[in-house]
Amino acid sequence: MNYEKEWDVIIVGAGPAGNMAAQEFAKRGMKALVIDRKQQIGPPKRCGEGLSIRWVKIGKLKPNPRWALQEITGATLVAPNGEKVYIDTGSTGQTGYIIERSQWEKMEAEKAIRSGAKYMLKALVTGLVMEGKAVKGVKVSREGKEEEYYAKLVVACDGVDSMVGRYAGLRTAMPLGECDSGYQYEMANVPIENPNYMELYFGTNVAPRGYVWVFPKGKDVANVGIGISGDSAETAKDCLDAWIEANHERFKDASITEINAGVIPVTKPVGEFVGDGIMLVGDAARMVNPIHGGGMGSALEAAQMAAEVGTAAIKKGDTSKKELMAYQKMWQEKRGGEFKKILHVRHFVEKLNDEQFNIVADLVKKGELKPEMLVDLGHGKGLAELIKALVKASPSITKFALSFLKG
Amino acid sequence: MPAKVNENTCMHCGGCTSVCPAQALELQETVLVVDTDKCIECGNCQKVCPVGAIKVVKG
Ligand SMILES: Cc1cc2nc3c(=O)[nH]c(=O)nc-3n(C[C@H](O)[C@H](O)[C@H](O)COP(=O)(O)OP(=O)(O)OC[C@H]3O[C@@H](n4cnc5c(N)ncnc54)[C@H](O)[C@@H]3O)c2cc1C
Ligand code: SF4
Ligand code: SF4
Repeated sequence: MNYEKEWDVIIVGAGPAGNMAAQEFAKRGMKALVIDRKQQIGPPKRCGEGLSIRWVKIGKLKPNPRWALQEITGATLVAPNGEKVYIDTGSTGQTGYIIERSQWEKMEAEKAIRSGAKYMLKALVTGLVMEGKAVKGVKVSREGKEEEYYAKLVVACDGVDSMVGRYAGLRTAMPLGECDSGYQYEMANVPIENPNYMELYFGTNVAPRGYVWVFPKGKDVANVGIGISGDSAETAKDCLDAWIEANHERFKDASITEINAGVIPVTKPVGEFVGDGIMLVGDAARMVNPIHGGGMGSALEAAQMAAEVGTAAIKKGDTSKKELMAYQKMWQEKRGGEFKKILHVRHFVEKLNDEQFNIVADLVKKGELKPEMLVDLGHGKGLAELIKALVKASPSITKFALSFLKG
Repeated sequence: MPAKVNENTCMHCGGCTSVCPAQALELQETVLVVDTDKCIECGNCQKVCPVGAIKVVKG
Protein backbone atom coordinates (compact mmCIF):
# COMPACT_ATOMS: atom_id res chain seq x y z
CA MET A 1 0.00 0.00 0.00
CA ASN A 2 1.30 3.47 -0.87
CA TYR A 3 1.18 6.45 1.44
CA GLU A 4 1.76 10.14 0.87
CA LYS A 5 5.10 11.42 2.13
CA GLU A 6 4.01 14.69 3.75
CA TRP A 7 1.67 14.95 6.75
CA ASP A 8 0.62 17.55 9.28
CA VAL A 9 1.12 15.07 12.08
CA ILE A 10 2.58 11.57 12.34
CA ILE A 11 1.49 9.55 15.35
CA VAL A 12 3.67 6.58 16.32
CA GLY A 13 1.65 3.83 18.03
CA ALA A 14 -1.99 2.80 17.68
CA GLY A 15 -2.75 2.08 21.34
CA PRO A 16 -5.20 4.09 23.48
CA ALA A 17 -3.01 7.23 23.24
CA GLY A 18 -2.40 7.00 19.48
CA ASN A 19 -6.01 6.27 18.53
CA MET A 20 -7.32 9.16 20.61
CA ALA A 21 -4.64 11.50 19.26
CA ALA A 22 -5.54 10.47 15.71
CA GLN A 23 -9.24 11.19 16.30
CA GLU A 24 -8.57 14.54 17.90
CA PHE A 25 -6.08 15.79 15.30
CA ALA A 26 -8.21 14.55 12.40
CA LYS A 27 -11.36 16.13 13.82
CA ARG A 28 -9.52 19.46 13.81
CA GLY A 29 -8.77 19.05 10.11
CA MET A 30 -5.17 17.89 10.48
CA LYS A 31 -3.77 15.37 7.99
CA ALA A 32 -2.81 12.56 10.36
CA LEU A 33 -0.90 9.32 9.81
CA VAL A 34 -0.74 6.63 12.51
CA ILE A 35 2.11 4.11 12.27
CA ASP A 36 2.26 0.87 14.28
CA ARG A 37 4.66 -2.04 14.12
CA LYS A 38 1.83 -4.51 14.74
CA GLN A 39 0.09 -6.22 11.87
CA GLN A 40 -3.26 -5.86 13.59
CA ILE A 41 -4.63 -3.20 15.91
CA GLY A 42 -5.34 -4.59 19.36
CA PRO A 43 -3.69 -7.89 20.22
CA PRO A 44 -1.56 -8.84 21.99
CA LYS A 45 -2.92 -6.91 24.95
CA ARG A 46 -0.55 -5.94 27.74
CA CYS A 47 -3.27 -5.10 30.17
CA GLY A 48 -5.68 -6.15 32.91
CA GLU A 49 -8.38 -4.27 30.97
CA GLY A 50 -9.78 -2.29 33.92
CA LEU A 51 -11.12 1.15 32.99
CA SER A 52 -12.90 3.36 35.51
CA ILE A 53 -15.97 5.44 34.70
CA ARG A 54 -14.04 8.64 35.21
CA TRP A 55 -11.90 7.90 32.14
CA VAL A 56 -14.85 6.60 30.15
CA LYS A 57 -16.40 10.05 30.64
CA ILE A 58 -13.23 12.03 29.97
CA GLY A 59 -12.59 9.96 26.83
CA LYS A 60 -16.23 10.52 25.77
CA LEU A 61 -16.50 6.76 25.24
CA LYS A 62 -19.90 5.20 24.71
CA PRO A 63 -19.74 1.80 26.41
CA ASN A 64 -20.63 -0.77 23.78
CA PRO A 65 -21.41 -4.37 24.73
CA ARG A 66 -18.80 -5.46 22.17
CA TRP A 67 -16.04 -4.13 24.44
CA ALA A 68 -17.58 -3.03 27.76
CA LEU A 69 -17.78 -6.64 28.94
CA GLN A 70 -18.27 -6.45 32.65
CA GLU A 71 -19.52 -3.62 34.80
CA ILE A 72 -17.55 -3.20 38.02
CA THR A 73 -19.23 -1.84 41.14
CA GLY A 74 -16.78 -2.84 43.82
CA ALA A 75 -13.52 -4.41 44.87
CA THR A 76 -12.51 -7.24 47.16
CA LEU A 77 -9.16 -6.65 48.81
CA VAL A 78 -7.52 -9.69 50.34
CA ALA A 79 -4.94 -9.09 53.07
CA PRO A 80 -1.85 -11.30 53.47
CA ASN A 81 -3.64 -13.28 56.22
CA GLY A 82 -6.55 -14.00 53.88
CA GLU A 83 -8.90 -11.49 55.50
CA LYS A 84 -11.26 -10.06 52.87
CA VAL A 85 -12.39 -6.45 52.72
CA TYR A 86 -15.31 -5.65 50.46
CA ILE A 87 -15.54 -2.13 49.06
CA ASP A 88 -18.77 -1.04 47.46
CA THR A 89 -17.55 1.62 45.05
CA GLY A 90 -20.78 1.68 43.06
CA SER A 91 -22.69 3.41 45.85
CA THR A 92 -20.44 6.46 45.45
CA GLY A 93 -20.69 6.34 41.67
CA GLN A 94 -17.15 4.99 41.22
CA THR A 95 -17.94 2.24 38.80
CA GLY A 96 -15.96 0.97 35.86
CA TYR A 97 -15.60 -1.76 33.29
CA ILE A 98 -13.42 -4.68 32.46
CA ILE A 99 -13.15 -4.25 28.73
CA GLU A 100 -12.23 -6.37 25.74
CA ARG A 101 -9.32 -4.11 24.96
CA SER A 102 -8.38 -5.41 21.53
CA GLN A 103 -11.93 -4.92 20.27
CA TRP A 104 -12.11 -1.45 21.81
CA GLU A 105 -8.81 -0.36 20.29
CA LYS A 106 -9.90 -1.46 16.85
CA MET A 107 -13.18 0.44 17.16
CA GLU A 108 -11.32 3.55 18.32
CA ALA A 109 -9.05 3.29 15.26
CA GLU A 110 -12.16 2.95 13.07
CA LYS A 111 -13.49 6.18 14.60
CA ALA A 112 -10.19 7.93 13.82
CA ILE A 113 -10.28 6.69 10.23
CA ARG A 114 -13.86 7.95 9.82
CA SER A 115 -12.58 11.36 11.00
CA GLY A 116 -9.96 11.30 8.24
CA ALA A 117 -6.84 9.70 9.78
CA LYS A 118 -4.82 7.07 7.89
CA TYR A 119 -3.19 4.00 9.43
CA MET A 120 0.00 2.22 8.39
CA LEU A 121 0.60 -1.18 10.00
CA LYS A 122 3.48 -3.67 10.21
CA ALA A 123 5.75 -0.66 9.99
CA LEU A 124 8.50 -0.12 12.54
CA VAL A 125 9.67 3.39 13.29
CA THR A 126 13.45 2.98 13.56
CA GLY A 127 14.52 6.58 13.91
CA LEU A 128 13.65 10.21 13.25
CA VAL A 129 14.38 12.58 10.42
CA MET A 130 16.14 15.46 12.15
CA GLU A 131 17.14 18.95 11.13
CA GLY A 132 19.52 20.04 13.85
CA LYS A 133 17.60 19.38 17.07
CA ALA A 134 14.19 19.57 15.39
CA VAL A 135 12.15 16.50 14.43
CA LYS A 136 10.99 16.65 10.82
CA GLY A 137 9.71 13.13 10.22
CA VAL A 138 10.17 9.43 10.89
CA LYS A 139 12.29 6.62 9.46
CA VAL A 140 10.23 3.53 8.84
CA SER A 141 11.12 -0.05 8.09
CA ARG A 142 8.23 -1.60 6.14
CA GLU A 143 7.70 -4.28 3.52
CA GLY A 144 11.45 -4.93 3.48
CA LYS A 145 12.25 -1.30 2.62
CA GLU A 146 13.58 1.67 4.54
CA GLU A 147 11.40 4.74 4.01
CA GLU A 148 11.01 8.29 5.32
CA TYR A 149 7.81 10.22 6.02
CA TYR A 150 7.69 13.88 6.92
CA ALA A 151 5.47 15.88 9.26
CA LYS A 152 5.20 19.23 10.99
CA LEU A 153 4.79 17.33 14.25
CA VAL A 154 5.55 13.80 15.46
CA VAL A 155 3.49 12.49 18.38
CA ALA A 156 5.15 9.56 20.16
CA CYS A 157 2.44 7.25 21.50
CA ASP A 158 4.78 4.27 21.37
CA GLY A 159 4.04 2.92 24.83
CA VAL A 160 6.36 1.75 27.53
CA ASP A 161 9.35 1.18 25.20
CA SER A 162 9.36 4.93 24.49
CA MET A 163 12.12 4.69 21.94
CA VAL A 164 10.84 7.49 19.70
CA GLY A 165 11.35 10.05 22.46
CA ARG A 166 14.87 8.74 22.93
CA TYR A 167 15.56 9.09 19.20
CA ALA A 168 14.77 12.78 19.70
CA GLY A 169 17.13 13.03 22.66
CA LEU A 170 14.47 13.06 25.40
CA ARG A 171 15.34 11.02 28.48
CA THR A 172 12.72 8.32 28.79
CA ALA A 173 14.72 5.33 30.10
CA MET A 174 13.19 4.21 33.42
CA PRO A 175 15.13 3.28 36.55
CA LEU A 176 14.38 -0.32 37.54
CA GLY A 177 12.84 0.52 40.89
CA GLU A 178 10.28 2.79 39.21
CA CYS A 179 8.48 0.18 37.19
CA ASP A 180 6.52 -2.99 37.76
CA SER A 181 6.99 -6.23 35.92
CA GLY A 182 3.59 -7.63 34.87
CA TYR A 183 2.32 -11.01 33.79
CA GLN A 184 -1.18 -12.31 33.24
CA TYR A 185 -3.30 -15.21 32.07
CA GLU A 186 -6.76 -14.73 30.67
CA MET A 187 -8.60 -17.80 31.94
CA ALA A 188 -11.96 -19.47 31.44
CA ASN A 189 -14.03 -21.59 33.78
CA VAL A 190 -12.77 -19.67 36.82
CA PRO A 191 -15.15 -19.69 39.81
CA ILE A 192 -15.98 -16.03 40.53
CA GLU A 193 -17.71 -14.98 43.75
CA ASN A 194 -19.12 -11.76 42.28
CA PRO A 195 -18.42 -10.72 38.68
CA ASN A 196 -19.10 -7.07 39.61
CA TYR A 197 -16.15 -7.06 41.99
CA MET A 198 -12.46 -6.86 41.07
CA GLU A 199 -10.27 -8.94 43.37
CA LEU A 200 -6.88 -7.73 44.61
CA TYR A 201 -4.52 -9.88 46.68
CA PHE A 202 -1.66 -8.49 48.76
CA GLY A 203 1.31 -9.95 50.63
CA THR A 204 5.04 -10.52 50.23
CA ASN A 205 4.39 -14.18 49.47
CA VAL A 206 1.77 -13.20 46.89
CA ALA A 207 3.47 -10.35 45.04
CA PRO A 208 6.62 -8.58 46.28
CA ARG A 209 5.83 -4.84 46.35
CA GLY A 210 2.73 -5.35 44.21
CA TYR A 211 -0.47 -7.34 43.97
CA VAL A 212 -2.29 -10.15 42.22
CA TRP A 213 -5.52 -9.23 40.45
CA VAL A 214 -8.51 -11.19 39.25
CA PHE A 215 -10.55 -8.98 36.92
CA PRO A 216 -13.81 -10.68 35.85
CA LYS A 217 -14.81 -10.58 32.20
CA GLY A 218 -18.20 -12.21 32.76
CA LYS A 219 -19.41 -15.01 35.01
CA ASP A 220 -16.46 -17.38 34.64
CA VAL A 221 -13.81 -15.62 32.56
CA ALA A 222 -11.13 -13.45 34.16
CA ASN A 223 -7.79 -11.77 33.72
CA VAL A 224 -5.62 -13.28 36.43
CA GLY A 225 -2.47 -11.21 36.67
CA ILE A 226 0.35 -9.93 38.78
CA GLY A 227 2.50 -6.82 39.03
CA ILE A 228 5.70 -6.96 41.08
CA SER A 229 8.54 -4.57 41.60
CA GLY A 230 10.76 -4.29 38.52
CA ASP A 231 13.86 -5.01 40.57
CA SER A 232 12.61 -8.16 42.35
CA ALA A 233 14.78 -11.23 42.13
CA GLU A 234 11.80 -13.42 41.14
CA THR A 235 10.07 -13.19 37.78
CA ALA A 236 6.44 -12.08 37.62
CA LYS A 237 5.63 -15.34 35.84
CA ASP A 238 7.04 -17.51 38.63
CA CYS A 239 5.17 -15.50 41.28
CA LEU A 240 1.86 -15.80 39.42
CA ASP A 241 2.32 -19.50 38.75
CA ALA A 242 3.07 -20.04 42.43
CA TRP A 243 -0.05 -18.13 43.47
CA ILE A 244 -2.27 -20.09 41.12
CA GLU A 245 -0.73 -23.31 42.41
CA ALA A 246 -1.38 -22.19 45.99
CA ASN A 247 -5.02 -21.64 44.98
CA HIS A 248 -5.27 -24.94 43.18
CA GLU A 249 -8.81 -25.68 44.42
CA ARG A 250 -10.12 -22.57 42.68
CA PHE A 251 -8.23 -22.94 39.42
CA LYS A 252 -8.20 -26.71 38.95
CA ASP A 253 -10.98 -26.71 36.33
CA ALA A 254 -9.89 -23.46 34.68
CA SER A 255 -7.47 -23.00 31.81
CA ILE A 256 -5.79 -20.24 29.89
CA THR A 257 -6.91 -18.58 26.65
CA GLU A 258 -4.18 -15.92 26.51
CA ILE A 259 -0.78 -15.13 28.02
CA ASN A 260 0.11 -11.47 28.49
CA ALA A 261 3.26 -9.76 29.74
CA GLY A 262 4.47 -6.21 30.07
CA VAL A 263 6.20 -3.59 32.13
CA ILE A 264 4.27 -0.82 33.87
CA PRO A 265 5.73 2.58 34.78
CA VAL A 266 4.84 3.43 38.38
CA THR A 267 6.76 6.63 38.70
CA LYS A 268 6.53 10.30 37.87
CA PRO A 269 6.18 11.29 34.23
CA VAL A 270 9.30 11.99 32.17
CA GLY A 271 10.89 15.37 32.80
CA GLU A 272 10.17 16.73 29.33
CA PHE A 273 7.09 15.70 27.34
CA VAL A 274 8.07 17.82 24.34
CA GLY A 275 10.96 18.73 22.09
CA ASP A 276 11.21 20.64 18.81
CA GLY A 277 8.61 18.99 16.58
CA ILE A 278 7.78 16.16 19.01
CA MET A 279 5.34 15.37 21.82
CA LEU A 280 5.17 12.28 24.08
CA VAL A 281 1.79 10.91 25.16
CA GLY A 282 0.62 8.05 27.42
CA ASP A 283 3.02 5.35 28.60
CA ALA A 284 5.71 6.92 26.41
CA ALA A 285 5.65 9.85 28.85
CA ARG A 286 5.07 7.48 31.85
CA MET A 287 1.60 8.90 32.55
CA VAL A 288 0.38 5.98 34.61
CA ASN A 289 -1.45 6.01 37.93
CA PRO A 290 1.48 4.95 40.11
CA ILE A 291 -0.59 3.16 42.72
CA HIS A 292 -2.42 0.64 40.56
CA GLY A 293 -0.64 0.96 37.21
CA GLY A 294 -3.73 1.91 35.17
CA GLY A 295 -2.64 3.97 32.19
CA MET A 296 -5.29 3.70 29.46
CA GLY A 297 -7.43 6.53 30.80
CA SER A 298 -4.67 9.04 31.40
CA ALA A 299 -3.33 8.24 27.92
CA LEU A 300 -6.72 9.26 26.46
CA GLU A 301 -6.83 12.52 28.37
CA ALA A 302 -3.24 13.45 27.52
CA ALA A 303 -3.87 12.69 23.84
CA GLN A 304 -6.76 15.17 23.86
CA MET A 305 -4.50 17.82 25.36
CA ALA A 306 -1.67 17.08 22.93
CA ALA A 307 -4.04 17.40 19.96
CA GLU A 308 -5.41 20.71 21.18
CA VAL A 309 -1.97 22.26 21.65
CA GLY A 310 -0.43 20.47 18.66
CA THR A 311 -3.11 21.61 16.22
CA ALA A 312 -2.77 25.22 17.32
CA ALA A 313 1.02 25.00 16.88
CA ILE A 314 0.74 23.47 13.39
CA LYS A 315 -1.76 26.15 12.35
CA LYS A 316 0.55 28.84 13.65
CA GLY A 317 3.44 27.29 11.69
CA ASP A 318 5.52 26.95 14.86
CA THR A 319 5.98 23.49 16.38
CA SER A 320 9.01 24.44 18.42
CA LYS A 321 9.52 23.05 21.90
CA LYS A 322 8.65 26.46 23.33
CA GLU A 323 5.26 26.41 21.63
CA LEU A 324 4.52 22.76 22.47
CA MET A 325 5.39 23.31 26.13
CA ALA A 326 1.78 24.49 26.60
CA TYR A 327 0.82 20.80 26.48
CA GLN A 328 3.14 19.87 29.34
CA LYS A 329 1.84 22.84 31.35
CA MET A 330 -1.76 21.85 30.68
CA TRP A 331 -1.12 18.27 31.83
CA GLN A 332 0.79 19.36 34.92
CA GLU A 333 -1.98 21.72 35.92
CA LYS A 334 -4.76 19.21 35.38
CA ARG A 335 -3.16 15.94 36.47
CA GLY A 336 0.38 16.61 37.73
CA GLY A 337 -0.54 17.43 41.33
CA GLU A 338 -2.83 14.42 41.67
CA PHE A 339 -0.28 11.98 40.26
CA LYS A 340 2.39 13.38 42.57
CA LYS A 341 0.17 12.72 45.58
CA ILE A 342 -0.61 9.21 44.34
CA LEU A 343 3.10 8.48 44.04
CA HIS A 344 3.55 9.65 47.62
CA VAL A 345 0.83 7.19 48.71
CA ARG A 346 2.59 4.46 46.75
CA HIS A 347 5.89 5.13 48.46
CA PHE A 348 4.13 4.76 51.81
CA VAL A 349 2.20 1.61 50.91
CA GLU A 350 5.37 0.02 49.52
CA LYS A 351 6.92 0.26 52.96
CA LEU A 352 4.11 -1.57 54.77
CA ASN A 353 4.90 -5.13 55.79
CA ASP A 354 2.42 -7.98 55.80
CA GLU A 355 1.51 -7.47 59.43
CA GLN A 356 0.69 -3.82 58.81
CA PHE A 357 -1.41 -4.74 55.78
CA ASN A 358 -3.32 -7.14 58.01
CA ILE A 359 -3.87 -4.35 60.52
CA VAL A 360 -5.34 -2.11 57.82
CA ALA A 361 -7.76 -4.88 56.82
CA ASP A 362 -8.64 -5.40 60.46
CA LEU A 363 -9.28 -1.67 61.00
CA VAL A 364 -11.68 -1.66 58.06
CA LYS A 365 -13.39 -4.80 59.40
CA LYS A 366 -13.84 -3.16 62.80
CA GLY A 367 -15.25 -0.02 61.19
CA GLU A 368 -12.35 2.15 62.37
CA LEU A 369 -11.39 2.92 58.79
CA LYS A 370 -13.95 3.50 56.08
CA PRO A 371 -13.54 1.13 53.14
CA GLU A 372 -14.05 4.05 50.75
CA MET A 373 -10.86 5.53 52.13
CA LEU A 374 -8.91 2.76 50.41
CA VAL A 375 -10.42 3.90 47.11
CA ASP A 376 -9.47 7.51 47.88
CA LEU A 377 -5.84 6.40 48.24
CA GLY A 378 -5.91 5.52 44.55
CA HIS A 379 -6.67 9.19 43.88
CA GLY A 380 -3.90 10.37 46.20
CA LYS A 381 -6.25 11.27 49.05
CA GLY A 382 -6.71 10.04 52.62
CA LEU A 383 -3.10 9.15 53.44
CA ALA A 384 -3.13 11.19 56.66
CA GLU A 385 -6.25 9.35 57.83
CA LEU A 386 -4.66 5.98 57.11
CA ILE A 387 -1.44 6.91 58.90
CA LYS A 388 -3.28 8.18 61.99
CA ALA A 389 -5.31 5.00 62.27
CA LEU A 390 -2.23 2.82 61.75
CA VAL A 391 -0.16 4.67 64.32
CA LYS A 392 -2.94 4.22 66.86
CA ALA A 393 -3.24 0.51 66.18
CA SER A 394 0.46 -0.24 65.77
CA PRO A 395 2.75 2.24 67.56
CA SER A 396 5.84 0.53 66.10
CA ILE A 397 5.03 2.13 62.77
CA THR A 398 5.16 5.65 64.17
CA LYS A 399 8.56 6.90 63.07
CA PHE A 400 8.49 6.16 59.38
CA ALA A 401 4.77 6.82 59.08
CA LEU A 402 5.01 10.28 60.54
CA SER A 403 7.80 11.17 58.14
CA PHE A 404 5.26 10.63 55.36
CA LEU A 405 2.82 13.06 56.91
CA LYS A 406 5.35 15.81 56.41
CA GLY A 407 6.37 14.80 52.90
CA MET B 1 28.94 -10.94 27.76
CA PRO B 2 26.12 -8.80 26.41
CA ALA B 3 22.45 -9.62 27.02
CA LYS B 4 21.09 -12.65 25.19
CA VAL B 5 17.41 -13.26 24.41
CA ASN B 6 15.72 -16.62 24.48
CA GLU B 7 13.29 -16.23 21.57
CA ASN B 8 11.41 -19.29 22.78
CA THR B 9 10.26 -17.66 25.96
CA CYS B 10 10.30 -13.94 25.00
CA MET B 11 6.80 -12.41 25.01
CA HIS B 12 7.89 -9.44 22.86
CA CYS B 13 6.41 -7.04 25.39
CA GLY B 14 9.10 -4.36 25.04
CA GLY B 15 9.48 -4.01 28.80
CA CYS B 16 13.24 -4.52 28.75
CA THR B 17 13.74 -1.74 26.19
CA SER B 18 12.11 0.71 28.59
CA VAL B 19 14.78 0.16 31.26
CA CYS B 20 17.81 -0.23 29.01
CA PRO B 21 20.06 2.77 29.68
CA ALA B 22 22.15 2.12 26.56
CA GLN B 23 19.47 1.95 23.86
CA ALA B 24 20.80 -1.51 23.10
CA LEU B 25 17.42 -3.18 22.69
CA GLU B 26 14.88 -2.80 19.89
CA LEU B 27 11.61 -4.69 19.74
CA GLN B 28 10.74 -5.33 16.11
CA GLU B 29 7.29 -6.68 17.03
CA THR B 30 8.11 -10.39 16.75
CA VAL B 31 11.84 -10.31 17.42
CA LEU B 32 13.79 -8.58 20.13
CA VAL B 33 17.16 -7.42 18.82
CA VAL B 34 20.17 -6.80 21.09
CA ASP B 35 22.83 -4.45 19.78
CA THR B 36 25.76 -6.22 21.40
CA ASP B 37 28.10 -3.29 20.74
CA LYS B 38 25.90 -0.93 22.73
CA CYS B 39 25.08 -3.27 25.65
CA ILE B 40 26.85 -2.24 28.85
CA GLU B 41 25.87 -5.45 30.68
CA CYS B 42 24.00 -3.62 33.44
CA GLY B 43 21.47 -6.44 33.92
CA ASN B 44 18.37 -4.18 34.03
CA CYS B 45 16.65 -6.10 31.25
CA GLN B 46 17.19 -9.41 33.05
CA LYS B 47 15.69 -8.11 36.30
CA VAL B 48 12.59 -6.53 34.76
CA CYS B 49 11.69 -9.26 32.28
CA PRO B 50 8.37 -10.79 33.43
CA VAL B 51 9.33 -14.24 32.14
CA GLY B 52 13.12 -14.45 32.52
CA ALA B 53 13.71 -14.47 28.76
CA ILE B 54 16.77 -12.22 28.65
CA LYS B 55 20.01 -12.93 30.49
CA VAL B 56 23.35 -11.27 30.93
CA VAL B 57 25.89 -14.01 31.40
CA LYS B 58 28.81 -12.61 33.32
CA GLY B 59 32.38 -13.61 32.57
C1 LIG C 1 0.29 -6.49 32.76
C2 LIG C 1 -0.31 -5.12 32.60
C3 LIG C 1 -1.59 -4.85 33.11
C4 LIG C 1 -2.17 -3.58 32.94
N1 LIG C 1 -3.44 -3.37 33.37
C5 LIG C 1 -4.05 -2.18 33.15
C6 LIG C 1 -5.41 -1.98 33.49
O1 LIG C 1 -6.10 -2.87 33.99
N2 LIG C 1 -5.97 -0.75 33.22
C7 LIG C 1 -5.25 0.26 32.63
O2 LIG C 1 -5.81 1.35 32.41
N3 LIG C 1 -3.97 0.08 32.29
C8 LIG C 1 -3.35 -1.10 32.51
N4 LIG C 1 -2.04 -1.28 32.14
C9 LIG C 1 -1.32 -0.16 31.53
C10 LIG C 1 -1.79 0.06 30.11
O3 LIG C 1 -1.67 -1.13 29.36
C11 LIG C 1 -0.99 1.18 29.44
O4 LIG C 1 -0.94 2.29 30.30
C12 LIG C 1 -1.59 1.60 28.10
O5 LIG C 1 -1.48 0.58 27.17
C13 LIG C 1 -0.90 2.84 27.56
O6 LIG C 1 -1.37 3.14 26.29
P1 LIG C 1 -0.43 3.80 25.19
O7 LIG C 1 -1.31 4.09 24.03
O8 LIG C 1 0.36 4.88 25.81
O9 LIG C 1 0.63 2.67 24.81
P2 LIG C 1 0.43 1.19 24.20
O10 LIG C 1 -0.92 0.68 24.44
O11 LIG C 1 1.57 0.39 24.70
O12 LIG C 1 0.60 1.40 22.63
C14 LIG C 1 1.84 1.61 22.02
C15 LIG C 1 1.76 1.20 20.58
O13 LIG C 1 2.92 1.66 19.90
C16 LIG C 1 3.41 0.67 19.03
N5 LIG C 1 4.85 0.92 18.87
C17 LIG C 1 5.80 0.98 19.85
N6 LIG C 1 7.01 1.27 19.33
C18 LIG C 1 6.84 1.40 18.00
C19 LIG C 1 7.73 1.69 16.92
N7 LIG C 1 9.02 1.93 17.12
N8 LIG C 1 7.23 1.71 15.66
C20 LIG C 1 5.90 1.48 15.45
N9 LIG C 1 5.02 1.20 16.44
C21 LIG C 1 5.48 1.17 17.69
C22 LIG C 1 3.08 -0.63 19.75
O14 LIG C 1 2.99 -1.70 18.83
C23 LIG C 1 1.73 -0.31 20.39
O15 LIG C 1 0.65 -0.67 19.56
C24 LIG C 1 -1.43 -2.56 32.30
C25 LIG C 1 -0.15 -2.82 31.79
C26 LIG C 1 0.41 -4.09 31.93
C27 LIG C 1 1.77 -4.35 31.35
S1 SF4 D 1 10.99 -7.97 28.82
FE1 SF4 D 1 11.40 -10.16 28.46
S2 SF4 D 1 9.55 -10.89 27.43
FE2 SF4 D 1 9.51 -8.65 27.27
S3 SF4 D 1 10.51 -8.21 25.28
FE3 SF4 D 1 12.12 -8.13 26.87
S4 SF4 D 1 12.99 -10.22 26.88
FE4 SF4 D 1 11.04 -10.35 25.81
S1 SF4 E 1 22.22 -5.57 30.06
FE1 SF4 E 1 21.67 -3.39 30.31
S2 SF4 E 1 22.63 -2.40 28.53
FE2 SF4 E 1 22.58 -4.60 28.06
S3 SF4 E 1 20.67 -4.89 26.92
FE3 SF4 E 1 20.23 -5.29 29.10
S4 SF4 E 1 19.47 -3.35 29.90
FE4 SF4 E 1 20.52 -2.88 27.95
